[in-house]
Amino acid sequence: MTDLRFTGTDRYVATEDLMTAVNAAVTLGRPILIKGEPGTGKTQLAEEIARGLERPLLQWHVKSTTKAQQGLYEYDAVARLRDSQLGDERVHDIANYIVKGPMWEAFEQEIQPVLLIDEIDKADIEFPNDLLRELDRMEFYVYETHQTVVAKHRPIIVITSNNEKELPDAFLRRCFFHYIRFPDADTMRDIVDVHYPNLKKELLNEALHAFYDLREVPGLKKKPSTSELLDWLKLLLAEDVPPEALSGDDRRKTLPPLHGALLKNEQDVHLFERLIFLNQRDGR
Amino acid sequence: MLIQFFFMLREGGIKVSITEFLTLLEVLEKRIAGYSVEEFYYLARACLVKNEALFDRFDRVFSAHFKGIQELFGDDAAEIPEEWLRRNFERLMSDEDKALIESLGGWEKLMETLRKRLEEQEGRHEGGSKWIGTGGTSPFGAYGYNPEGIRIGQEGSRHRRAVKVWDKREFRNLDDSVELGTRNLKVALRRLRRFAREGAADELDLPDTIESTARNAGLLDIKMVPERHNAVKVLLFLDAGGSMDDHVRVCEELFSAARGEFKHLEYFYFHNCVYEGVWKDNQRRHSDRTPLMDVLHKYSADYKLILVGDATMSPYEIHYPGGSVEHWNEEAGATWMKRLLLTYPKAIWLNPEPVNRWEYTASIKMMAELMEERMYPLTVRGLEEGMRALG
Repeated sequence: MTDLRFTGTDRYVATEDLMTAVNAAVTLGRPILIKGEPGTGKTQLAEEIARGLERPLLQWHVKSTTKAQQGLYEYDAVARLRDSQLGDERVHDIANYIVKGPMWEAFEQEIQPVLLIDEIDKADIEFPNDLLRELDRMEFYVYETHQTVVAKHRPIIVITSNNEKELPDAFLRRCFFHYIRFPDADTMRDIVDVHYPNLKKELLNEALHAFYDLREVPGLKKKPSTSELLDWLKLLLAEDVPPEALSGDDRRKTLPPLHGALLKNEQDVHLFERLIFLNQRDGR
Repeated sequence: MLIQFFFMLREGGIKVSITEFLTLLEVLEKRIAGYSVEEFYYLARACLVKNEALFDRFDRVFSAHFKGIQELFGDDAAEIPEEWLRRNFERLMSDEDKALIESLGGWEKLMETLRKRLEEQEGRHEGGSKWIGTGGTSPFGAYGYNPEGIRIGQEGSRHRRAVKVWDKREFRNLDDSVELGTRNLKVALRRLRRFAREGAADELDLPDTIESTARNAGLLDIKMVPERHNAVKVLLFLDAGGSMDDHVRVCEELFSAARGEFKHLEYFYFHNCVYEGVWKDNQRRHSDRTPLMDVLHKYSADYKLILVGDATMSPYEIHYPGGSVEHWNEEAGATWMKRLLLTYPKAIWLNPEPVNRWEYTASIKMMAELMEERMYPLTVRGLEEGMRALG
């Protein structure tokens, strides 16, 4: 098991610090908590670990109404009530109404799976606390059927957070932590290469320039992120926009083509238009 | 050596627990990392620091502790491959520039200066001048070869050797007393969430329905509850104009964040200090005022009061009738402030002025006293503290 090493995949560029953190978590069988700007590939990381290490991937997407219990199992009381009213035979065995959650599924896998707990900060404040023992011991007790479920192999648990709520210390202590920084221009070039290997060099250079310029504009409500850059490049390719359209002096004087992929907020577009107007005036 | 590092981290304000420290040792024992300092740095960070806001502190402690020890690893990272430098600059230079170099004592001498400069920067670093060419510190900026500044450390990955990763202190911006932006503010404001169920019962209460049905011998007995939502009510008073012009941006961000976050949000503007009248529209501030008395009567005491202002004014504006700069006030600002605070016991003042200036401004001290010290800086951390005081 120790020779398992995640080194990124053919469609995911992992920086050295990210690889170190992931490998530590994989080896010790402890959860890894991933934070970072939206659109830097937090969720995708779990998919790529699963792909890179050839493990099954189980996903648990957390919402504001999600309870920790739902990750373990749920007791479908309504179904049982209906069955009892209809006189179904199944009603006598409560085990028929226990619905397994993603954690239970992960514990039952024959080979070590990857379990993604996505956007844990969306849930109630108590949510992480309710999972402490399960993440630590990788086992839990089912009250309805009096059985203890123990993980066959400690799953590789990847937890993502957007920092909307602070996570309790007791929870953090049990995790490895990694913060995905916004990639610098070189890493970004690698990332784009992985996604669009046939992209023309000039187009990429101009696009990256325009993109980083745009991120530098002060006062943007939502800075465009990696995933938005990739979407935008896809559009540029589809529309066959020539590199010249992005380049040179008029970069600060016109909106970049297909800017809708980068600016997702009408205030930001207005702000940018105002800046362009000022630049044009100064340029004259 | 690591025990000492552990205590240094704790002294440095990173509350590392014993279990986390043991985890680090366990990882080291399993030999996930090779023997490089860099990998050890990444591992230690992943194990011991759980908040990106603390990364910078960690970098500083790490750098302080491993400065001497790093020599044991025999790392030669401080050396800069000359060939690499040469390649880089040759690409940047025109023939004219090359001629200029000759006049300055030739290429070798220039390289020597540059190397010294780079070494110097590694030693210092607190100035954050990793950008060669910024602020006129680089010979290249000065001689005009490279007015835009080239980021030397990033140009080739083989150059990113161990020491620099933490000495770069790239997470400096994330320390939580500076960062702004609506999203951060919203997150901070979220501390004030109080979920409550009130209003019309229009949601099926499943557990209660099941229990009642069971009690009812299996006959369906449906129970409904009202929807759950944020029940916090907020009254926002914003200082507008005058000295607040410097802080327009942060106030706008706070305002838009608050608007998105609270369902029950009422806001009013005032100037410098609260007097008998406030207004909702700055364009019609003189014609369309709401008497403060009406506000006090209209909004119940369970509203939380947030005042935003720099509280920078003449002390007369707070303590004397007629002290206001814009109109004749019958009663002193302090009197109106006391009335406000009497009606709304849960109140805070957010001040966009930097904390270190508070002490030197008499009116800020007076206002903080009126607020019973519930004045907080308008930063994310200040906002969090304020929300805690309100909650």
